[in-house]
Amino acid sequence: MCAAVERRMYDVAIIGGGVVGCAIARELSRFALRTVLLEKDAEVGFGTSKTNSGIIHPGHHSSNETLKGRLVVPGNALFDQLHDELGFAFRRIGELTVARDKDEFGKLEEMKALGESKGVPGLEMWDRDKLNREEPNLSRSLVGALHAPSAGVINPYEFAFALIENAQANGLELRVDAPALDVDLRDDHLEVRTPQESVPARFVINCAGVFADRVANMVGLDDFAIHPRKGEEYLLDKRLRGVVRRLIFPVPTAVTKGILIIPTYDGTLMVGPTAEDTDDRYDVTTTREGAEKVFESVRKICPPIDERATIAEFAGLRAASTSGDFIIGPTSVRGFINVAGIQSPGLTASPAIARMVLDILRDEGLSLVENPDFDPTNEPPPRFEQQSVERREELASSDPGFGRMVCRCETVTEAEISFAIDRGARTLDGVKFRNRAGMGRCQGGFCTPRIMEMLAEKLDIPLHEVTKRGGGSWLVIPMESGGSNAEGDGPCSDE
Amino acid sequence: MNRRYDVVVIGGGPAGLGAALAALDAGTESVLVVEREPEAGGILRQCIHSGFGLHHFKEELTGPEYAERFVQKAIDRDIDVVPNAYVTGLALDSDDTRLVRVLSERDGLSTIECSSVVLAMGCRERTRGAIRIPGSRPAGVLTAGLAQKMVNMMGYLPGRRIAILGSGDIGLIMARRLVLEGCDVVGVFEILPYSNGLTRNVVQCLDDYGIPLHLSTTVAEIHGRDRVEAITVAPVGADLQPDMSKAWRETCDTLLLSIGLIPENELSQSIGANLDLVTGGPIVSSSMETSLPGVFACGNVLHVHDLVDFVTEEALRAGRFAGQWARGVRRPPDTVSLVPGRNVRYSVPHTLSPDRPHTIYLRCKERMQPCVLRVGDLINKKLSFVVPAEMIRLKIRPSLLDNFYGDRLTIDIDPRD
Repeated sequence: MCAAVERRMYDVAIIGGGVVGCAIARELSRFALRTVLLEKDAEVGFGTSKTNSGIIHPGHHSSNETLKGRLVVPGNALFDQLHDELGFAFRRIGELTVARDKDEFGKLEEMKALGESKGVPGLEMWDRDKLNREEPNLSRSLVGALHAPSAGVINPYEFAFALIENAQANGLELRVDAPALDVDLRDDHLEVRTPQESVPARFVINCAGVFADRVANMVGLDDFAIHPRKGEEYLLDKRLRGVVRRLIFPVPTAVTKGILIIPTYDGTLMVGPTAEDTDDRYDVTTTREGAEKVFESVRKICPPIDERATIAEFAGLRAASTSGDFIIGPTSVRGFINVAGIQSPGLTASPAIARMVLDILRDEGLSLVENPDFDPTNEPPPRFEQQSVERREELASSDPGFGRMVCRCETVTEAEISFAIDRGARTLDGVKFRNRAGMGRCQGGFCTPRIMEMLAEKLDIPLHEVTKRGGGSWLVIPMESGGSNAEGDGPCSDE
Repeated sequence: MNRRYDVVVIGGGPAGLGAALAALDAGTESVLVVEREPEAGGILRQCIHSGFGLHHFKEELTGPEYAERFVQKAIDRDIDVVPNAYVTGLALDSDDTRLVRVLSERDGLSTIECSSVVLAMGCRERTRGAIRIPGSRPAGVLTAGLAQKMVNMMGYLPGRRIAILGSGDIGLIMARRLVLEGCDVVGVFEILPYSNGLTRNVVQCLDDYGIPLHLSTTVAEIHGRDRVEAITVAPVGADLQPDMSKAWRETCDTLLLSIGLIPENELSQSIGANLDLVTGGPIVSSSMETSLPGVFACGNVLHVHDLVDFVTEEALRAGRFAGQWARGVRRPPDTVSLVPGRNVRYSVPHTLSPDRPHTIYLRCKERMQPCVLRVGDLINKKLSFVVPAEMIRLKIRPSLLDNFYGDRLTIDIDPRD
């Protein structure tokens, strides 16, 4: 092998920057390795992760017979430490699985026994009285519930950002707008081709989510397929804040875990998701039928929730595999490791998946030497609005950026937006998902121009190259070229 | 910026500037205007079309010209206008003191004392989330006002082939504006059987430019992965639900929303001002005082106006009373409440006092022609037509109330043969 190739050889290339890829990247950054993560979108977490329900599951809904059933409890347990180190928003608010009749109540007993056998902490049966007392807005016809206090909520995109930021600070290289086009097999390594370059690596980890089967096909593997399953979610007005205090699950059926009521970390209620198989790997549309299904189901459990309170809606694709379970492990192609079929409870399991991948890499011959400079912590983002009056006075007088309110609905200052861009935000959505600028009641109606200007200034690009979320999601066209003689499509950042 | 003012006005648009000038005219010594943008003038600064000032100045001005006249007067009168500033909190300290917490680029976070406050924060646009359009969520779905700012203030186009949902005035104005910039405007789609904008705007902005207005029609779905590629539009039935059997597809790269305005009253709510659920603005007396003593309101934060001239009229009144309050004048409470009746959506102010003339602003619920406007038994005014899009302005002379001893007047609009 020639020296030039040797010099730029990576130990590990991760394909896919969802929460799983980011969790693996961060785990690998503990060691003295040369690691690169290739993300097809403009930022990490913009695919399935962004649309995840954000629930950290206790683990009593799935048995130990499956890999996903085994990884969920240890995954859940790792979140306290990750939260302390990385500073993303996380709170254990508890979960109630509610029974509508005696049969379902019996199933709760089974779930409790299952959970206890797996080490799920604090499971407790609640009778009707206790349920009515604790969650007075739920239907009075419910007969009881199973309480799981270890359930938590996070903002999944924020988790992905926190992981990648820490991994990058510890040496990981991140490439965005870098979809894997092909993977070539070499004598002693693999080469991942992206539009920009060819990336040589001893190990390639396939965390490509809904595209994981296609990436596996690139090295000639066709032993599984991904059949995306779409989920629609509906976010409700803040006036419904507090209608329920815990995650509310119906008793799962053989087919689905049902429609949930989710008090998000930010305090708003979200309801969903639906579960519809789709062949289109880009289909993240919401539908009339989806909305009907969600609200019909939720009304039965919690009558005060109605469709008119919707303020936003979105859909995401679960990367469900043909096996129905996680597919994690080495393959017949040396150095190529699958981490595929990661559907629910994939977010919860992601830290445990990352540890499992470490073991696999070690078994496959990668030597893991600790990175002596590893720093497990992130600098927390400045949250002006959440500081004391004294601290706010101090901040605003020391940095005029804190004196400029950009997003007034969510009270985000210019300094906070600068911080987000410095930490990797490259798009409007990237800023919004880091600090909520543009996420409030006016939905960016007032602050979009200023945030666009800041992105253009700090990234040193013209204003018309600022996008909503990368790719062809352009926002404006310069006036000179927009006249009546203008032809062709809008400006794309990838042109 | 000082630590103490007689009157603090929150918002430096036409309402705030009018109120500030009127407060000075009422004899106050010091007035502060807190403006969140780098310059005062408000949304008028981006309204470069003409049609402003016909009532107040008796001449036709552009938005920036109208704003400039007030900005210049504010400068001439030494009103303190603090730009790039944002009010983060408001408190009523004692009967005579209100505390306004201001965050600004120049002065950081400071607390200003004053006697009275005028709320003039304006309104915001309703967004996609408020109306739930199924489909994808690409770039290119934005409010008409944001598009107006992009075109008129930043020098950028929001897209090339534009569809507009809702026939509010900003949407109509933007339809014409974008055609003038060389864009294709495929049509304006309005779910109601009549336009939500002023008739003059339908004529001058759509008809004159051959832009189709599709009434009783809505956008049923948005298509496009990264950027809007098309929309599905469909006529609606009496239940306002789209009839998908008659739906069609319009290719476009942009969908502008002009589906209504909402008074921005989060600050008013935070201090406990009572709001009118219909207007979305505070409940005010005939002196434009909210339910909180010494806190006044005017302009689009109070109710959404069609014409800035009437914002100014209302602001001058609010500023005058705020100024008088700062000078220690305490008026007896109003004695008559004004109640919206048949075919009246709302009326402002909410109460009257028999001792002085009043101007009442109201809107009907439904189009009606011809009709008669009644205020109790006191007024019977024949009108050729009323439409929800056009605010009705009604003057009440004090002599009218001379022989009225009740405590409640109902306003009705009834059909007339």
